[in-house]
Amino acid sequence: MNNFLLLPILIPFFFGMILMFGQKKISYQRITTLLGLFLSILCAAALVMNVHENGPQTVTLGSWPAPFGITMVSDMVSAILVLTTLVLTFFIVWYGFESIGKEREQFFYYPGVLFIITGVNGAFTTGDIFNLFVFFEVLLMASYLLIVLGGEKVQLREPIKYILINVLSSAFFVITVAFLYSVVGTLSMADISLKIAEVNQPGILTVIAVLFLLVFGMKAAIFPLYFWLPSAYSAPPIPVLALFGALLTKVGVYAITRTYTLFFTHDISFTHNLLLVLSILTIIAGSIGALAYFDVKQIIIYNIVIAVGVILFGVAQMNEVALKGAMLYLVHDMIIKAALFMLIGIIIYVTGTTNLRKMGGLMKTYPALGWFYLIAALGLAGVPPLSGFIGKLLIVQGGFEAGNIWSSIFILASSIVVLLSVIRIFIYAFWGQQGVLNEAVQKAKYNRLFVPTMILVVVSIFYGVGTEWFMPFMDDAAKILNDPSIYTDEVMKGGE
Amino acid sequence: MKINNVILQFTAKIVFFMIFFYAVHIFFAGHYTPGGGFVGGLVTASAIVLLIIAFDLKTVQSILPINYIYLIASGLLLALGTAGIAMFTGKPFFTHFFDYFNLPILGKTSLHTAALFDLGVYLVVVGVTMTIIQTIGEDE
Repeated sequence: MNNFLLLPILIPFFFGMILMFGQKKISYQRITTLLGLFLSILCAAALVMNVHENGPQTVTLGSWPAPFGITMVSDMVSAILVLTTLVLTFFIVWYGFESIGKEREQFFYYPGVLFIITGVNGAFTTGDIFNLFVFFEVLLMASYLLIVLGGEKVQLREPIKYILINVLSSAFFVITVAFLYSVVGTLSMADISLKIAEVNQPGILTVIAVLFLLVFGMKAAIFPLYFWLPSAYSAPPIPVLALFGALLTKVGVYAITRTYTLFFTHDISFTHNLLLVLSILTIIAGSIGALAYFDVKQIIIYNIVIAVGVILFGVAQMNEVALKGAMLYLVHDMIIKAALFMLIGIIIYVTGTTNLRKMGGLMKTYPALGWFYLIAALGLAGVPPLSGFIGKLLIVQGGFEAGNIWSSIFILASSIVVLLSVIRIFIYAFWGQQGVLNEAVQKAKYNRLFVPTMILVVVSIFYGVGTEWFMPFMDDAAKILNDPSIYTDEVMKGGE
Repeated sequence: MKINNVILQFTAKIVFFMIFFYAVHIFFAGHYTPGGGFVGGLVTASAIVLLIIAFDLKTVQSILPINYIYLIASGLLLALGTAGIAMFTGKPFFTHFFDYFNLPILGKTSLHTAALFDLGVYLVVVGVTMTIIQTIGEDE
């Protein structure tokens, strides 16, 4: 009996509810949101330590035995992701105080953020495939609110695609769960894993595996299904974009990781090779986009697509080293994407444009911004002391161990493209002749935007330099991903 | 031209109560027969919509001065609270409790905390439906 693992889901949910009262009082909204997030961070951190000491925590809601009730499972994978999510949201909300605007703050922006966190944390924690669907819908509904909130023209034009695609993929999700239920007759993830192992994954289950890849790939933006992402993500304001870029696609990546390491592990030569090919194609597509644009937002948005490909490449290897690398890279990518979006948000604020060709010479006026952007850019590409290095190193090592020599070398080569795409922003915006500057920049507002961004970049440096401290946690995570029996044993035992 | 809606308005006044009590019946019957918070909420909302059709939005707002967004929030809080009670007694989240009570008029009745959760669902459904209809109706 352990309700503690539910607190990082329930606290944001509760605070979201009480924020629906008093929608016009901005200071009440801000303080309550930060308080709620702070409490959840404390709970999530305690949860990570608890999972590290005592192994995966489970609770089956309503005192029902394990495969019959909804089980919530907090293993190291989900505990780490929940903590990362909450920390990032804290900084993004702080950053949003200055840039989101009064009208949005008074119209349920903060409840929207807290409900999105409820959905994301729930999706990370749940141990029931249909409950995963419900939490997906919770986070998607809240994201629909945040993406159109404000009602600018572009915000109404682009998200219509986003909503259509997500309604479609949710319908596919329900159909896929229906197929899976008709084959295995259960919805509890641990029980599904056991049942699939019993029948040794016949052809129909491989078909369902590919359907899951289709569903989650649409949410995670993998190669043929990423087409909605660049235009949809260009619409919302920067704090919302940072929230989406850091969290939403990663929930899809997590769902693919979970299903492909827990359920469909018996026909790896087909399913995981498909995943490998798609992840390589995702990286190529993302690289083309990242190099093609002269729009700072689009460059970072296409970098999301590249990172999704890299993480899924690690998952496709199915050995402990690569899975550990994928976990490290996943957390790194969440942090660094949030930091990069916040940084380019400041760049857009001080220049008043998103067009790289019009920018220039910011290094003279904003040196600190320039150096922090450079650190974040090098971290994204994976330059050794910084955060992206160890994750990608382990992914490539796992790739070599699994015998995928050429594709692993390709992953290494893709780092150059990533570096080129973000350094191009640095060169164009910070070097050279003075470009356009926003005349109305207020120093105080700039500082208040810069402080949370700076702290987040420092967090990412810390994550890179102190990887050794995080390694024991990542070991636990990789172990449970590599050996589904730890997960199933824990859940089935917890029902007694 | 002013239309005289006396028959519609008179009928609506009576039918409103019939629909509303039917909704309450469906709500309480939910545990043993088809029904429950969701249908009950929708039927209640439809009763209010009937009043809006027969009169107009302003009149109905003055008859039922309810902030439907607060209604949604209270429904959510009630549902979360019901599910959360169990956490304080050391049981897993969402564990329900029930027992039999001898009530003054109804006699021996089983009371179940799932009904409180259903009440939360009911409030949310009424609140959401009425928010949607009012927002679209007020829009010029």
